[in-house]
Amino acid sequence: MAHVSDLIAGDIAEYLKQHENKTLLRFITCGSVDDGKSTLIGRLLYDSKMLFDDQLAAMEADSKRWGTQGGGIDFALLVDGLAAEREQGITIDVAYRFFSTDQRKFIVADTPGHEQYTRNMITGASTADVAVILIDARLGILTQTRRHSFLVSLIGIKQIVLAINKMDLVEFDQARFDAIEEEYRAFAAQIGLQDITAIPLSALGGDNMISRSERTPWYQGPTLMAYLETCEVDATHLQMLPMRLPVQWVNRPNLDFRGFSGVLTSGQLRPGDRIRIQPSGKETTVKRLVTMKGDLDVAVAGQSVTVTLADEVDVSRGNVFSAADAPAEVADQFECHIVWMAEQPMFVGRPYRLKIGAQLVNVNITALKHKVNVNTLEHVAATELTLNEIAVCNISLDRAVAFEPYAVNREMGGFILIDRQTEQTVGAGMLHFALRRSQNIHQQRFDVDMAARAAQKGQAPVVLWFTGLSGAGKSTIANHVERQLFAMGRHSYLLDGDNVRHGLNRDLGFTDADRVENIRRVSEVARLMIDSGLIVLTAFISPFRAERIQAKQTIGEGNFYEIYIDTPLAVAEQRDVKGLYKKARSGQLKNFTGIDSPYEVPAAPSLTVYTENETAEQSAAKVVAFLKAKGIV
Amino acid sequence: MFPIPLTHLQRLEAESIHLMQEVVAEAERPVMMYSIGKDSAVMLHVARKAFYPAPPPFPLLHVDTTWKFRDMYAMRENAAKQAGMELLVWQNPDAKAQGINPFDHGSALHTDMWKTQGLKQALDHYGFDVAFGGARRDEEKSRAKERMLSFRSVGHRWDPKVQRPELWHLYNGLKSPGESIRAFPLSNWTELDIWQYILLEDIPIVPLYFAKERPVVERSGTLIMVDDDRMRLHQGEKPMMKKVRFRTLGCYPLSGAVESTAETLTDIIQEMLLTRTSERQGRMIDHDQSASMEKKKQEGYF
Repeated sequence: MAHVSDLIAGDIAEYLKQHENKTLLRFITCGSVDDGKSTLIGRLLYDSKMLFDDQLAAMEADSKRWGTQGGGIDFALLVDGLAAEREQGITIDVAYRFFSTDQRKFIVADTPGHEQYTRNMITGASTADVAVILIDARLGILTQTRRHSFLVSLIGIKQIVLAINKMDLVEFDQARFDAIEEEYRAFAAQIGLQDITAIPLSALGGDNMISRSERTPWYQGPTLMAYLETCEVDATHLQMLPMRLPVQWVNRPNLDFRGFSGVLTSGQLRPGDRIRIQPSGKETTVKRLVTMKGDLDVAVAGQSVTVTLADEVDVSRGNVFSAADAPAEVADQFECHIVWMAEQPMFVGRPYRLKIGAQLVNVNITALKHKVNVNTLEHVAATELTLNEIAVCNISLDRAVAFEPYAVNREMGGFILIDRQTEQTVGAGMLHFALRRSQNIHQQRFDVDMAARAAQKGQAPVVLWFTGLSGAGKSTIANHVERQLFAMGRHSYLLDGDNVRHGLNRDLGFTDADRVENIRRVSEVARLMIDSGLIVLTAFISPFRAERIQAKQTIGEGNFYEIYIDTPLAVAEQRDVKGLYKKARSGQLKNFTGIDSPYEVPAAPSLTVYTENETAEQSAAKVVAFLKAKGIV
Repeated sequence: MFPIPLTHLQRLEAESIHLMQEVVAEAERPVMMYSIGKDSAVMLHVARKAFYPAPPPFPLLHVDTTWKFRDMYAMRENAAKQAGMELLVWQNPDAKAQGINPFDHGSALHTDMWKTQGLKQALDHYGFDVAFGGARRDEEKSRAKERMLSFRSVGHRWDPKVQRPELWHLYNGLKSPGESIRAFPLSNWTELDIWQYILLEDIPIVPLYFAKERPVVERSGTLIMVDDDRMRLHQGEKPMMKKVRFRTLGCYPLSGAVESTAETLTDIIQEMLLTRTSERQGRMIDHDQSASMEKKKQEGYF
């Protein structure tokens, strides 16, 4: 790693001291497929002498095999690391590169330009200070350029390098450069980007990369490297904000020690400081800042620390320590931006997990206010969000959390969304502000409650949630069960899919988004009914696991019984009581469960009823026997 | 109030501690892979700082090939004792039964059996759901694309095309049944960072990193140390004493030494900064083919 400094050979101790105190700049490069992004990074590594001879040898060999530069060194091969990428000549995933100069240490997130990989760009940008946006001088500003710039502004990067590359292919024409810069500045102003430095480059030829090019005598600004080495990195401004420390880990090796560990996301912390534990709101005083190398007098934003407290107060992972005189806001409903990153679309009403800081909570998307067309910046109405789309949404958490608006503090206002079945990260979001309604709508308390109403009826109010394919026999079996309950003197109500769609849910169709809303409404109605003391039977296909989990949560786990009517598709289709399968098969009916829309079989139902070889009466008898065994009737 | 700037090493350390605490809070049965080298030494040291005054709440696991340097075995026992941690050693019973060694079976089979298969066996045997590893992104091209939390399917395979997005410092440690996680707290450290941290924190490392007169033989341009009498000498080959050191440590018959006079940490750093070859160059296993690390990782190698 031949760093250029003469100090290395002369005075290594002095060099190390300097190196230790270098600042760190994290930046991302973004551009379209053939803008020369990989070449630019390869060139930076090459010219800052960060390449070893054996790496160069491997690159030369690779250039002969895969290269696009006719046997010359193809710098792109240095960064296109995966074999699949080399075969296709594209970049698949975010790659992180490291280099340093006498001035600074750098981490580059190299993010792919293809439309389908927007999520990678957001990933790479989330920790970056500066964005280098590449433009092919021949092509000018493309849709991709606008998309990347919007994402960069959304993620909160303020400093932009507009790298106008391939200037050699337009004869280093100043007029061309000026026109692109002017057009870009006009666009950037619309999305709030102001700090823009445009540089004419040829990454391949090395023009204005490290040293000033003789071929652009008209250009007076910095070279790319000069900009990166000198641009401002305001690493300490977070220390000036009020102290926040999300508690990650409770350290309790024995009865004598109880410490709370985490990274300060802002401010400074000293022994003796008054802190508030959020969301509980209790206050206490910091006793010690414990480290293996002795106690600290002060810890600052970006530092990991173990704190002990003066009082025995209740603290668990996910709580936030805040400066007592300037605590964070606490809320459970927010407006936010969401970037969707999964193949499966996001639906309003569907439950997800949300991770913010060290907190994992359940969340519901309560409203999709509008999508943002990232190419035109237009606001578009929508009911679902698909891969790489961005929207402004309202969300509702199942408990209150301490937060900061994303614009104030990325670490306290950024969150990820996690799918409840696959546990995959499916989205990312940025909190704007808390919705006041969560503070202004209070629950009224009444003297006659569910227990009283149920006691009056002498029964246990529960929801029997029948799920299964169309034609499985849900309504028929539920009907028989209700007749028996009625005969036993029980108070009940049967909510049926077809019937509800004639009234309450008349406005809903059969798209996935509407199915989700259909079940959400039915869950709420069922909840009101058991609150009134009834035994509720619901007969809905309810094909998605996520909504059945949501129904269970809405209704309450202890009152919810999922009954899976298991009828093979072939049997249901053969019965075809309503003639719907025939229509679906002939294409007259779209989004039909089992045909062109999926049915997700329950993972752990309370009861499974196999109907293939029994009558509806026999199946109903099994349900009633189950209720008796559970002590419900 | 005045801002107190943090050095980049303080930032890297904080990032690593953060990841370790997140993983331990969310994992069921975490373990730390310990390969005895300098990166493992740093990772272990950071772990001790992360959980101090408690010892790190997980065991160390060494997937042993039985062909490590003797100095490394000595270091291993010492390090675990110092940290107050349980040390688990796994030697692939199949490789043992078949007597797999680098001389008869070649580096590829030797590495696959003892390390890749051994690692998978050990993780399955103990039921670990998360394993910390000391890999760094600056080491190798396919590593540069790996996340801090790297998910492995049943069978421990890595699919670079379906990695979870990692934003800010939010790590999603939730697993589907059968999945396991490799966690890389040192992802953003460079080789220079590692050495400088060892210097600043005074971390003990295997003496083989320092230059000393050692018995070596030269084979196809590489100096191999004769560490014990299992070393098979070619006809007419005679070990010669040379002042050498190692930039990376593995199985002794597969680790190339470099001639050096670097006897102190600062000497080592100086030599590293002036050298023109990367640290993995002394490692035979990366050179089999240019995408070989990626292939090994897909098969379950760390």
